[in-house]
Amino acid sequence: MTLNKADVVIVGGGLMGSAAAFFLRQRGQSVILLERDQIGQYASGVNFGNVRRQGRFLGQLELANRSWALWKRLPELIDDDLEFIASGHMRVCYREDEIAELEAYAAAPEAQQLDLKIYRGSELHARFPFLGKDVKGGSYAPHDGHANPRLAAPAFARAARRLGARIEERTEVAEVQKVNGDFSVTTTDGRQFSAAQLLITAGAWGQKLSAQFGEPVPLETNGPQMAVTEPVPYALPTVIGVYTKIPEEVIYFRQIPRGNIVIGGGYRSKPDMLNRRAYVEPRSILNQLDQMRRLLPGVGNLNIIRVWSGIEGYLPDSLPVMGPSGNVDGLYYAFGFCGHGFQLGPGVGDVMAELISTGSTSTSIEPFSIRRFASTAEQRSKAS
Amino acid sequence: MATARLSNHRVVIVGAGPAGIRCAQTLVAAGFKPVLIDENRRDGGQIYRRQPEGFTRNYATLYGTEADKARDLHESFDRLRPQIDYRPDTLVWNLTPGQLCCVSQGLHSTVDYDALILCTGATDRLMPIEGWQLGGTYSLGGAQIALKAQAVSIGHRVVFMGSGPLLYLVASQYLKAGANVAAVLDTAPLGLRIKALPKLMARPGLLFTGMKLLAQLYRAKIPVHLGISPLQVLGEAVSGVSGVRVRTAAGETLTVDCDAVALGYHLRPETQLADLAGCALRFDEASGQWWLDTDEEGRTSVSGVYAAGDGAKIRGADAAEHAGRLVALALLSDLQQPVDATQVTAQRQALKVMDQFRLGLAQAFPWPAAQAKALPDEAIVCRCEMISAGELRRTVSEKGACEVNRAKAFSRVGMGRCQGRYCSQAGAEVIAAAAGVHVQEVGRQRGQAPVKPLSMLTREVTP
Repeated sequence: MTLNKADVVIVGGGLMGSAAAFFLRQRGQSVILLERDQIGQYASGVNFGNVRRQGRFLGQLELANRSWALWKRLPELIDDDLEFIASGHMRVCYREDEIAELEAYAAAPEAQQLDLKIYRGSELHARFPFLGKDVKGGSYAPHDGHANPRLAAPAFARAARRLGARIEERTEVAEVQKVNGDFSVTTTDGRQFSAAQLLITAGAWGQKLSAQFGEPVPLETNGPQMAVTEPVPYALPTVIGVYTKIPEEVIYFRQIPRGNIVIGGGYRSKPDMLNRRAYVEPRSILNQLDQMRRLLPGVGNLNIIRVWSGIEGYLPDSLPVMGPSGNVDGLYYAFGFCGHGFQLGPGVGDVMAELISTGSTSTSIEPFSIRRFASTAEQRSKAS
Repeated sequence: MATARLSNHRVVIVGAGPAGIRCAQTLVAAGFKPVLIDENRRDGGQIYRRQPEGFTRNYATLYGTEADKARDLHESFDRLRPQIDYRPDTLVWNLTPGQLCCVSQGLHSTVDYDALILCTGATDRLMPIEGWQLGGTYSLGGAQIALKAQAVSIGHRVVFMGSGPLLYLVASQYLKAGANVAAVLDTAPLGLRIKALPKLMARPGLLFTGMKLLAQLYRAKIPVHLGISPLQVLGEAVSGVSGVRVRTAAGETLTVDCDAVALGYHLRPETQLADLAGCALRFDEASGQWWLDTDEEGRTSVSGVYAAGDGAKIRGADAAEHAGRLVALALLSDLQQPVDATQVTAQRQALKVMDQFRLGLAQAFPWPAAQAKALPDEAIVCRCEMISAGELRRTVSEKGACEVNRAKAFSRVGMGRCQGRYCSQAGAEVIAAAAGVHVQEVGRQRGQAPVKPLSMLTREVTP
């Protein structure tokens, strides 16, 4: 007999795993969450903090909408607002033909809940007078916003624990297998956990576990490049990001009410997977300075006081792996969110909890199935 | 030939204080032409900081008892200058293996290295006190810079509070410059100084200098209180500091009126660049802080990266000169260059004596760790982000953060402009006390670039 048994074992304590633990407990499932390091330490804790729906793959908006409804209810759900502000998100571009693409996106039936409004020319510069003159147009999403990623996964984990979830930090999984109908999880310190259902939310390490069940995926790791300025009076509530196909032009920023401006985008770095640390590429910060001066000319008077990176998992088509296993009953995945998982977090947790406890979900997640990697069919990027 | 190989070997020293200058001198004598990068506009580092061009104070005025050493170091540097690649006013803000990222006057450039010698010095070690965020509160080092570089006092009536040799040195420098020193308030009791005497006797000359400073203060009838407990910096947000309140060794409350206060508890090493280079640090029991884990000659845990002076281990300016020479000899030896063994032995012997003395200082003027525990909840710990001790404690009690970087992520302590230089050690004590563990167990704040704030006007040098 073992005490390390639950309805569901979750491997990986990032935002997806922590949110899933919370929603599974809400549905009455017993949960053990195993985290190798600390809750929310990697991609979940170091990302930009965008709570953004616009610009996503259209087939992902249903999930993003479900998540957005949860973001609004966080204080009642987990007793923490994660500093979420629905302050609006503006997606700007430097070229006329890109405005047409933004318009096409705004007109898509899937994007109707976003209430997108296209700005251009003098109307744009009157509404956002601080933007550089290279900015030609933009798509404004009034309900999107931003939050503090450092707080998110730990707050969900605390809420899950309050509901009775067992959360084991500094517990590294060595092996997972299915024996006689139950999953058996062995940790590096020799402990064994078992459950009828297993959820893999191991982020950049997800493919190591999926491969143990015969479902390898071509996951690549990247370090996002983030920087923050010293605080200045709060004047820029709208999150602003550049829509472009030129990688070095990608830049986005948000100001938090205490005044600092958080900046991300540009080149990514290759994390040191041995020591599990990701460093910022100096050239990427220099590029950010160039791009920020172009986007927000007044920013030149400020200083960068800190930069950071983290470890994120990317798939070749820029879509996550989410849903049931194609091989093994009772096995589920939610990892590899390609640098845009933060907004989805609460929704992913909710959908996975629904799927695991009822066997199905009302939200479309078919495009994210791991089965797409079972064939050798050519993959192409569906998201921007 | 060996010289041909030498000229190809790029040796970069960061920091032109006593360690960096003696290191450069030793390397030049061996036929190298090192790059010497320094953040300041002039050489000398902190203690031997040279006044800006146009200022005419003489050595005795500027450096007092240390005048001869200062002159010798400056003259050495002036002779050295044509033989090194000296880059003043240049901040190394980040590094990658084999390459430093530098910014000077808004222009960014990179400097490649085969060997890197970090002589990055130290900054003040501070313990928060209620009210220390009020205007007019300085660190001892800051007070010293104001005097040395700009010939100004931090206030009309100044209190010096804290502990350690710098407390008496800066107070006496202010006295000598004609400033009104309202009081010197030392948290260390007399008894510890007596207990530490055997170790302090390792350097009788320096001990005597210290006593002379104290005698000067007494002669000038400056109130000097030992064994005090700091209670509060008094004043208003708008008007700034109006006084300090302490509890004396006898248990009485003492209020001293002043319009400026200089605080400090000796020094902490500037380890950010070494940390970014991946060098290991280790906890030093005697001083209760994290130092670079180097061997006796200054080799860090990363091959090709060396460190000397207070940036590696706090032993003061004299030790920094020896450590600078020794680390250069270590590098030469690693490069299979001929090294005079008696030179190595001489530097190591000198440093052994200084190690003994620094243990005496740590015993005589201890870091007041217990103050962190006694700090009222309302007191600000992180001045940049204005985070109180109570907020930091709640991250431990309510959010389970028992590690410094975790508590930083939740509370923002150490996230501001100073990047934890002035709050992270005290913050670690607050966290350790709240978690009921030894301060070593809560770890240390990881270094993050930029080492100092980086202007967003920074542009790359276009060739």
